[in-house]
Amino acid sequence: MEPLIIAGRQFSSRLFTGTGKFSAASIMEAALLASGSELVTVALKRVDMDNKADDMLQHLAHPHIHLLPNTSGVRTAKEAVYAALLAREALETNWIKLEIHPDPRYLMPDPVETLQAATELVKLGFVVLPYVHADPVLCKRLEEVGTAAVMPLGSPIGSNKGLKTLDFLEIIIAQSNIPVIVDAGIGSPSQAAQAMEIGASAVLVNTAIAVAKRPVEMAAAFKAGVEAGRMAYEAGLPAVNTRAIASSPLTAFLEEA
Amino acid sequence: MFKSIFEQYDWDTVKAGIYAKTSQDVEEALHSSHRTIDDFAALISPAAAAYLEPMAAISHQLTLQRFGNTMQLYVPLYLSNECQNICTYCGFSLDNKIRRKTLTPAEILQETAAIKQMGYDHVLLVTGEAHQLVGLDYFKKTLSLLQPHFANISMEVQPMDEADYRELAAMGLHAVLVYQETYHRDDYKKHHPKGRKSSFDYRLETPDRLGRAGIHKMGLGVLIGLEDWRTDSFYTALHLQYLEKKYWQTKYSISFPRLRPFSGGLAPKVEMRDRELVQLICAYRLFNQEVELSISTREEERFRNHIIRLGITTMSAGSKTNPGGYVVDPQSLEQFEISDDRSAAAIAEMLRQQGYEPVWKDWDQAFSPASY
Repeated sequence: MEPLIIAGRQFSSRLFTGTGKFSAASIMEAALLASGSELVTVALKRVDMDNKADDMLQHLAHPHIHLLPNTSGVRTAKEAVYAALLAREALETNWIKLEIHPDPRYLMPDPVETLQAATELVKLGFVVLPYVHADPVLCKRLEEVGTAAVMPLGSPIGSNKGLKTLDFLEIIIAQSNIPVIVDAGIGSPSQAAQAMEIGASAVLVNTAIAVAKRPVEMAAAFKAGVEAGRMAYEAGLPAVNTRAIASSPLTAFLEEA
Repeated sequence: MFKSIFEQYDWDTVKAGIYAKTSQDVEEALHSSHRTIDDFAALISPAAAAYLEPMAAISHQLTLQRFGNTMQLYVPLYLSNECQNICTYCGFSLDNKIRRKTLTPAEILQETAAIKQMGYDHVLLVTGEAHQLVGLDYFKKTLSLLQPHFANISMEVQPMDEADYRELAAMGLHAVLVYQETYHRDDYKKHHPKGRKSSFDYRLETPDRLGRAGIHKMGLGVLIGLEDWRTDSFYTALHLQYLEKKYWQTKYSISFPRLRPFSGGLAPKVEMRDRELVQLICAYRLFNQEVELSISTREEERFRNHIIRLGITTMSAGSKTNPGGYVVDPQSLEQFEISDDRSAAAIAEMLRQQGYEPVWKDWDQAFSPASY
């Protein structure tokens, strides 16, 4: 499989993972290791940033795991920028997953605040990965202001409904010059594989692994699903025909002359 | 304002409607993919009592999907038992001849040290209702004092004006809990004969003021035992539904305080059995997947051990319900008796045993306007 490169950093795994909803930090760690994931999001609000021995961070301390702090909980661009600055200082990374969802029920990303915050954060030297709705125009706007990738949603966070935004994801992927990471709503390895088959650069999965009966095995299943989907994409999936192709085409008479 | 919606409903008609629900109504509610307030009425009805197990199964699944295998922990910090209200059911009531105490800044920090020792990062500040002595200025000083110590500060105090809430929110107050106690206007008057709390409407409009002030989270609920819990819960759900649509950036939580014994106490008018509380918790979860459901140490150990799998997302532990109760003045009078007196560490261990991660921190003062 081709390696994925985001902002100059190379990833051999195209499965990114989250850290919420696990029953214990030790189970989270085992699942993340089984997933092979090299980029793991961490909610700033869950981390004790003044404490180097924070339990969650301790369990994420593996050389191959890069932390991607997220701004979950902020409601405005201003709050997001401040949270990112804190994260950069506390976790010593300039990577930030920009999440601004002022609506705590459905966690829908705010396009206006996100574009504003992304613009500012890029200027401040951050590697910005914004979580957005599957809006092709917004994704282009974010690319233009210099985000390192875009993270459009497949369906509402935690819903496990899969790629409800498929038509728009295909457009985003087709016209993007930066990596497209499908984030939110992926509930099964087959859905992750589908995202990879349509050409997504990576997927981000949390709930489906964390709340599975056996999270470690589920993480391994997602790893396999993502790899299968990516391999199929790279191998060149045959086009889907909506109707049969006649074995005696209507133009055959031209050859008979 | 919610008041205009509230006035469209007549208590007796609502109550009759709930008690008239049938098995068919309950089954339709169980199978619905988008449950309405009418479905909620069916799920809290006597007819739904026979469906407790399927309700619990759905509630568990919905909660797991939304909140994962986690349980948020918080602890109350009682600042004062001064109160100018007469409430028939409360230990702090003005006519209850008890020794009054309001913590000084030094005492607040002593209590804070004890709470921090237990592992807490989320604190709920609780007082009686004494506007002059324990009003906005006292809260502002307390917030400033505590901001460096806690990731998340909530309050359960007297209802205030919108401008006051706006000021406190700007200083880093995260959530406000304000319970209507009962939505039965006449009974409310009976239980709150004196003091500012006797204004039913001012209390009813408090969540609207909080919403306009832009608070991050608000907690709703009724005091179970004052009136028919089914009807009161219907109004609570109606209130929640209105607030979620109107103040869409705010999070909501529901609590289920059952009337507990206290010094000079009132016996509950309506007893709510454990299985009925389970029914109510599950009904809320089936009605609303996102709302936080909170259970306090009012409930007994065995019940709390089991309820965590049925929809609850937040719980207190190791609580003291008297000002200075942790270290400063353990003998001062409690607001109500605790039923589950296990330590925070013991509760955390119980949660781990059941496959839940105790979450001590799920917010950060960095997100507060006071930080930047």
